[in-house]
Amino acid sequence: MEIGILSTSGGKQLATLTVDPNSTLRELKTQIHRLKSHLYPDRQEFRQEPRGKGLDENKTVAALGLKDHSKLYLKDLGPQIAWKTVFLTEYAGPLFVYAWIYQRPWLFYGEGASNQPMSQVAHIAACCWVIHYAKRILETLFVHRFSHATMPVRNLFRNCAYYWIFSAYVAYHVNHPLYTAPCQMQSYIALGFWTICELGNFSIHWALRNLRPPGSKERRIPRPTKDPLTLLFNLVSCPNYTYEVGGWVAFTIMTQCLPAGLFAFAGFYQMAVWAIGKHRAYKKDFKDYPRGRKAIIPFVF
Amino acid sequence: MTATKKAPSRVLSLPARIYLIFYNAIQFLGWSFLLYKMVDFVINQGLGGKSLWEHVEVPLLIFQSGAILEVVHCACGITPSNTVITFAQVYSRVFLIWPILYNVPDARDQIGFSLLLLAWTVTEVLRYLYYVLNLISFVPGILLWCRYTFFIILYPAGVTGELLCCYRALPHYNKTQEFSVLLPNAWNFTFNFYYYTILVMLAYIPVFPQLYTHMFVQRKKILGNKKHD
Repeated sequence: MEIGILSTSGGKQLATLTVDPNSTLRELKTQIHRLKSHLYPDRQEFRQEPRGKGLDENKTVAALGLKDHSKLYLKDLGPQIAWKTVFLTEYAGPLFVYAWIYQRPWLFYGEGASNQPMSQVAHIAACCWVIHYAKRILETLFVHRFSHATMPVRNLFRNCAYYWIFSAYVAYHVNHPLYTAPCQMQSYIALGFWTICELGNFSIHWALRNLRPPGSKERRIPRPTKDPLTLLFNLVSCPNYTYEVGGWVAFTIMTQCLPAGLFAFAGFYQMAVWAIGKHRAYKKDFKDYPRGRKAIIPFVF
Repeated sequence: MTATKKAPSRVLSLPARIYLIFYNAIQFLGWSFLLYKMVDFVINQGLGGKSLWEHVEVPLLIFQSGAILEVVHCACGITPSNTVITFAQVYSRVFLIWPILYNVPDARDQIGFSLLLLAWTVTEVLRYLYYVLNLISFVPGILLWCRYTFFIILYPAGVTGELLCCYRALPHYNKTQEFSVLLPNAWNFTFNFYYYTILVMLAYIPVFPQLYTHMFVQRKKILGNKKHD
């Protein structure tokens, strides 16, 4: 059968494809890529209406009810970049930027700043920061399973700017020669809490990985595993975000640094938005989704 | 300069409509007065910096500060513009008139301030008149044309003036550290108004081209249609 492919911008006819009813949309994308070399499959999104929802590329032509001479709309998602690439670039920045500023370069602090004494907590904070981002990089390489292969390239610049600039902002203050450490008790308790949150965050990532069989894009309801830190799943849909926010709040209290608090707040805001979205998706996709679970903050929202 | 309003397809309650007509009319009169004062000054004394500022200071501060209400209008939904964009635009104006021009006499650069004032007065007179007439659904074509054509020169001229004035204010903030928070302090927080001003100036680089091209897109959409009649 023949399917007409129209552009979502302007409705222009881009191609006519000859397909059989059992072809998946992914296969159609491959066909279009052969016709238009700049439109690799990850850059394509099919819709049934110009402004409609993107269609699942694993679905077949027949499953979508398409017949001979049916029309499909094609949206060009713009240049794409692999999620892994984005994450690695985003996270490498904070690692190197903080480590650099930790050494008190003259560019930020003037000559001689590196010779001045540094509080113990500033050293600890640097370790925490590096461990946090090293953990993120390792998780990106070995733990996470991504449901989308790519994202638009412009996200890379925006995300990197956010991470890299904020890292410099926090690092500048904590590593400053005139930085004032809070009392040791406060720092140590906060450090303990930070450690739990990092372990918790990793536990959740590990549990989520095992929830999804390798190579699949299947989604299931997450539940606590043998790891006690995953019990948080009973209270929230996105305990990984809960632990992450907890970790940054701990870092802020440990360093008593308002810029770190601003960073924690910005992260919290973004993660709350994501958590609410995920929470709603879970509730919609699973009729038996546990009630009483909140999105990100237990008992609150 | 505000994000373009769509045609009044939204349903405005009568009190809201009356209030907006009132607000925009007052702004139109205020900015017309400013335009008059500026022209009056230039005719009699030529281009000016500090003395031009003194000539228009009070009404400029009043009417430009009044634009803060426009952010509230967006947030309340009585105008269709995007709240964040409107906030950014009003913020840049308020930033210019208070911490730059009002607070730092050296910022009242002869060329910078003249360009700024010219761009602002002409743009605002056209904009507020357009809003008033739009609210009573009676916008003459000539006004529409002016509103979507003058910006081509005025927008870059205004931005140049604004950046010049900011630049002239920098030495003051560098030297006096006014409005700045220094280390050491218990919250390990700093704020340097000198660097903040530089940051604001740098922000023009990504923002201005986007807003400028947006105006061209609007122009094509709104004036383009008229030509086909």
